[in-house]
Amino acid sequence: MPLLEVENLVVEFPTRRGTLTAVNDISLHIDEGEVLGVVGESGAGKSMTGAAIIGLLEPPGRVASGRILLEGERLDNLPYEKMRRIRGKRIGAIFQDPLTSLNPLYSVGYQLVETIQTHTDMTPTQARARAIELLTEVGIPAPERRVDQYPHQFSGGMRQRVVIALALCVNPRLIIADEPTTALDVSIQAQIIALLKRLCRDHGTAVMLVTHDMGVIAETADRVAVMYAGRIAEIGPVREVIKNAKHPYTHGLMGSIPSIGHDNERLEQIPGAMPRLTDIPVGCAFNPRCPHAFDKCRTVRPDLLPVEDSWTACWLYDGEAGRTIEASKTLVAATKADALLERNHG
Amino acid sequence: MAEAIAKTREARAKIRDAGGREVAMLKVQGLKRYFDVSAPWLNRVIERQPKQILRAVDGIDFEIGQGETFGLVGESGCGKSTVARLIVGLYGPTDGSIELEGRDIAGLSRQQMAPMRRRLQMIFQDPYASLNPRWRVRDIIAEPIRAFGLAQGQAAIDAKVGDLLETVKLTARDGEKFPHEFSGGQRQRISIARALASEPEFLVCDEPTSALDVSVQAQILNLMKDLQRAFGLTYLFISHNLAVVYHISDRVGVMYLGKLVEVAPAKTLFATPRHPYTRLLLDTIPDLDMTGRERMPVAGEVPNPINPPSGCTFHPRCPFANDRCRAEIPQPRPLGDGAIVSCHGIEEGRIPDGPTLQAPARPEGLV
Ligand SMILES: Nc1ncnc2c1ncn2[C@@H]1O[C@H](COP(=O)(O)OP(=O)(O)OP(=O)(O)O)[C@@H](O)[C@H]1O
Ligand SMILES: Nc1ncnc2c1ncn2[C@@H]1O[C@H](COP(=O)(O)OP(=O)(O)O)[C@@H](O)[C@H]1O
Ligand code: SF4
Ligand code: SF4
Ligand SMILES: [Mg+2]
Ligand SMILES: [Mg+2]
Repeated sequence: MPLLEVENLVVEFPTRRGTLTAVNDISLHIDEGEVLGVVGESGAGKSMTGAAIIGLLEPPGRVASGRILLEGERLDNLPYEKMRRIRGKRIGAIFQDPLTSLNPLYSVGYQLVETIQTHTDMTPTQARARAIELLTEVGIPAPERRVDQYPHQFSGGMRQRVVIALALCVNPRLIIADEPTTALDVSIQAQIIALLKRLCRDHGTAVMLVTHDMGVIAETADRVAVMYAGRIAEIGPVREVIKNAKHPYTHGLMGSIPSIGHDNERLEQIPGAMPRLTDIPVGCAFNPRCPHAFDKCRTVRPDLLPVEDSWTACWLYDGEAGRTIEASKTLVAATKADALLERNHG
Repeated sequence: MAEAIAKTREARAKIRDAGGREVAMLKVQGLKRYFDVSAPWLNRVIERQPKQILRAVDGIDFEIGQGETFGLVGESGCGKSTVARLIVGLYGPTDGSIELEGRDIAGLSRQQMAPMRRRLQMIFQDPYASLNPRWRVRDIIAEPIRAFGLAQGQAAIDAKVGDLLETVKLTARDGEKFPHEFSGGQRQRISIARALASEPEFLVCDEPTSALDVSVQAQILNLMKDLQRAFGLTYLFISHNLAVVYHISDRVGVMYLGKLVEVAPAKTLFATPRHPYTRLLLDTIPDLDMTGRERMPVAGEVPNPINPPSGCTFHPRCPFANDRCRAEIPQPRPLGDGAIVSCHGIEEGRIPDGPTLQAPARPEGLV
């Protein structure tokens, strides 16, 4: 049984001008000790998916349908108090800006001890020892001294590590990390990524890693979900998605990343922008920006279909459309993927 | 627009000195900017604290040729934005000179600076904060046109604004809207249009794509390259994203604690990084090619610029540091292939050749 299962999740925002669907029928699962990367442009619904799982959707946002199961137990219909306890004990959250998760008025140690004591019955002395142990674990030097300092006395990277320590306080089974390294320098980013990987390995923690940085995904995730306009465009093993991308949107994303040692005058560019929730196109939401769109794409919405080792929501890979997988792959390859694959295969 | 482009190109024939040598678009020498971050005077007297001086930029030299893109990289807080602000005159230098096409602009008064302002524009990281939310886009873009008297009469100004919007791949109709009606990438296009409105020769770009998605970043980087070709623009391009800097730059400077530790042509710098800090930076780049290389978690963090380490300020993090490094400040030295490096170890030839693009092996002991 997977640690986390999300089935047909729909997240809606009722507004005066009608209901907006931020997450539209998403299904995914994460196994123990596995890192699932979630990528996509801003507004794709990555954070809303994460927020729905930890039960932190801001009203009026709500889970309109679907199921969320942690170790087989349903979370989406739990009362607030119960969910709050699960959030402390079994699910940890790490957000982009470490300052919003830390209280500037209290020492780092105080905040750790408080969280530990809320969720366990440790004595203050035990809790403090555990806090120092956690700071050591996330690689804070001289933790015995640091534990009594305040957030502003830590650098950006150290603050983010403290937030991770907070999320780890009670050995959660699942960590939802929403852009945990986006605000950080690459050098510090490397430290955080190494830390997350070690946690999965040593504690079997499952991680949902939300980011728009493909580089971070490439080296951290086991599987990747690519999101577009509230839906999953492609999901599969990280190698398969990065090196053998199926969906035209994934191709576009990969091509737009500048890379060192690759001398192209211009970057691949996906024309246009992601649609607003108020005007998501009929059919495949990507069709106005897709170089391969054909008639069916403009009228019928594609669902995820298995293609080789991953799943893709694109009519190019649907046999019924009269195109075999091989033919459609050549089509994609001919236009966009060449440079990309060549680059990725070195 | 094509006509205007042809005209600017002509006007931008490279400027040469008496000896026929090209004059650099920008030449910075011994540039310093210190900030006084002491506690308030009274507290200081009572608590007997010394004055605290933060050396944000501590003596840097570099040149940018006409039509060239110079990239500036380094970790957060190393002084990149301060350099940008010094060049466009938002900060006055503590010491040193800034020459724009041979003319020192560092000590100029507001009035003397005015004609220079037109030629020198800046694009900021946050495209929203830098656009007045209460103005329509057309007024935002028209402002520099009016201020510098670049077009007379409403019709001419409107036409120019329309042209500029089209240059950045928006439409003249977008001029009627307000900044909040645009996405992040579109707002950055508006900032670029405004920067271009004064017909500048030199753009200082401080993290212009850092707040954007990769897909939008690609659109903006392509646009910037197109504009550079069309108008012969010179760029100072600041970013902490090394791949972006590699993609856009002709030459790159690496900053560490207010100093330039290495300056080299982009390809040279990324293929054969010399300075131990440059190598450390390159080793932290995520591995998109999935070679299985583990990124090296960096030991230590950027030290406090108020109390920088003695000698080479990188020595606490450097695996090659010795007594000389701890005592003596290394000076920039040219290495022959266009690279300029400030490092005792390199000068003494005791640092093995570093990682290349193919095999990013790490120097021994660098943990
Ligand atoms: N007005 C100011 N007063 C005091 N200190 C300042 C001021 N502006 C900058 N500094 C300090 O100067 C140093 C360099 O800052 P700067 O903004 O140039 O860094 P940066 O390299 O642009 O960093 P980032 O990548 O985070 O933007 C920092 O230590 C910063 O705190
Ligand atoms: N409170 C809200 N009201 C209406 N729409 C919202 C609200 N919060 C988020 N959204 C919309 O939901 C969509 C998905 O958002 P999000 O999950 O934050 O995207 P991202 O992939 O960038 O994390 C976006 O279009 C966003 O504008
Ligand atoms: S379904 Fe059609 S429009 Fe959508 S990605 Fe596939 S080819 Fe493009
Ligand atoms: S001068 Fe010394 S400490 Fe500084 S980078 Fe070179 S070898 Fe390292
Ligand atoms: Mg988000
Ligand atoms: Mg800055």
